[in-house]
Amino acid sequence: MRLTTTRRTLLAGAAATTALALPGHRLLAAEKVRAGWVYVGPIGDHGWTYRHDVGRRDVEKALGDKVETSFVENVAEGPDAERVIRQLAASGNDIVFATSFGFMNSVIRVAKQFPKVRFEHATGYKTAPNVAVYNARFYEGRAVIGTIAGMLSKSGIVGYIASFPIPEVVMGINAFTLAMRKKRPDAQIKVVWVNSWYDPGKEADAAKALIDQGADIISQHTDSPAALQVAEERGVSGFGQSSDMRKFAPNAQLTAIVDDWGPYYIERVQAVLDGTWKSRVVWYGLKEGMVRIAPYGPRVPEEVRAEAEAVKQGIIDGTLHPFAGPIKDQAGKLRVPEGEHLSDEELLKMDWYVEGVQA
Amino acid sequence: MDPITATTVSVISAATPLLLAASGELVTEKAGVLNLGVEGMMLVGAVSGFAVTLTTGSATLGILSAALAGALLSLLFGLLTLTLMANQVATGLALTIFGVGVSSLMGAGFVGTPVARLPRLDIPGLSGIPILGPLLFGHDALVYLSVAAVVLIVWFLSRTRAGMVLRACGENDEAAHALGYPVIAVRYAAVLFGGVMSGLAGAFLSLSYTPMWVENMTAGRGWIALALVVFASWRPWRLLIGAYLFGGVTILQLHAQGLGLFAVPSQVLSMLPYLATILVLALIAAGSGRRRLDAPACLGKPFHPPA
Repeated sequence: MRLTTTRRTLLAGAAATTALALPGHRLLAAEKVRAGWVYVGPIGDHGWTYRHDVGRRDVEKALGDKVETSFVENVAEGPDAERVIRQLAASGNDIVFATSFGFMNSVIRVAKQFPKVRFEHATGYKTAPNVAVYNARFYEGRAVIGTIAGMLSKSGIVGYIASFPIPEVVMGINAFTLAMRKKRPDAQIKVVWVNSWYDPGKEADAAKALIDQGADIISQHTDSPAALQVAEERGVSGFGQSSDMRKFAPNAQLTAIVDDWGPYYIERVQAVLDGTWKSRVVWYGLKEGMVRIAPYGPRVPEEVRAEAEAVKQGIIDGTLHPFAGPIKDQAGKLRVPEGEHLSDEELLKMDWYVEGVQA
Repeated sequence: MDPITATTVSVISAATPLLLAASGELVTEKAGVLNLGVEGMMLVGAVSGFAVTLTTGSATLGILSAALAGALLSLLFGLLTLTLMANQVATGLALTIFGVGVSSLMGAGFVGTPVARLPRLDIPGLSGIPILGPLLFGHDALVYLSVAAVVLIVWFLSRTRAGMVLRACGENDEAAHALGYPVIAVRYAAVLFGGVMSGLAGAFLSLSYTPMWVENMTAGRGWIALALVVFASWRPWRLLIGAYLFGGVTILQLHAQGLGLFAVPSQVLSMLPYLATILVLALIAAGSGRRRLDAPACLGKPFHPPA
């Protein structure tokens, strides 16, 4: 069963439903779970939010009658988010998934007021007894695509369309650059910030600007397939983001980093059903399947596929760490010595660029 | 194409949707009606144009249906504000919210499907001229239409009787009514024209700029178009300059970042288009003889025909 609500009707109905919400008295193991999702973009973005919604639908498919899901899309990060999250908690949801970094402080505040509701925040770092944090090691996928870029770029210049300078994005740029320069030590990564997660027109403009400046491969940390579409038209290559965007660039897409949230969502909603849900922090990657690599495109020759697969397998086996030293920063200072690698904690606070990034 | 020409071509495509939507809104406002629903009408135009082009395979039909969809939405606005005398600001905002929702609904089945880009109108011989060729020729029909619309609007507003009647309705509705002009009918026509142009601006986005449909793909361009009308102080020529200036600054800041030209944060560069608007507004206001902004005197006010 699905309830679809828009943010506005939800806010309008807020007062009424708050009054109707029964005070929390829940048994340890529940018969039926109500789960709510908060999305930062539209589910039709074909990127980040779309993939979370696919995960939500996976939960419905897997748990059937035992779950009732709802979602609110297009929720701006900020005061609006707090209202929406509070509303979802007040209207009887047992678990609320907030799927954007910028919802972090709102989730923590609302969680204090609703100790019986479980909250799950994606990509953040603050927890509470009823707030769990889940994240995907996207940088592992970026190490794989960086390897492909290093072997396939002719000009040695890669354009990277970035959204906001938060650790998540910086980490991705760095992982990509490190992997690329292993294959091509003189590679240059030109970063253009569009200061938006989602603006197809601007993403396309950024791609055009980068291609005009000599980039022959485009990578992106924004949500729409617009940049790939430009790459296809201009005869250069690129990588899909969040979902397989092959349809928009059948020749240009070398591969895509695909987010797969379904298994995690099923596991967590099941935990609520079983009464075993606990707050925790997980950071899953290629190994757990939260990050996947889409099928390779026609422009990726056999030896490049083999090399990309080797990097992927190395990360899964734990023999290869994308942030293994030696790593120098932009100024040429040694940040990570040979034989060591950056810890998760250092990664989550990353605010510096590795050598070769032009940003 | 050399980098400078390529950049200029990008600027043209960034400016075109702004110019289309803003020139429609300019005519609407000249008749005294403030329609804040541009963003919503653009979205509905974008999704209609996309859906029809995809299902029929004809871009011409797609563009026509985008214009029709924009017109239908603006007709709704006209009914509410001109016939039922609803508040224009509130109705316009509601129209945007409605447009966002209804376009998402209409487009739900089309997400994730690409469509062929609008064909470029290549003129044999001319398109091949270096620099001038790609700059002046080889765009798609909507680009030429956007510039032609400005020329036609200038001519219409300043040289035709109908244009003067339209301006009279915007400057002094009661006087226009006293002279026997059908104020409400004129305003309906102006509102419909605004809807058609917004719909075309949307079609340009979903068929040429980024040939795909994704929800909310206008990403605020409707609001920029509204700001441009004020920026242009309701003069079509200034609108042309403003749209290209706006498109230009947007594109140039992306290029500057890629070249590593400025050691300033990218957020400052993203701010530039808006800064430019404020700056020009201040210059106009402080200009010689302190020329007024020239807003139509009856802008946003409902017209009650005296009984």
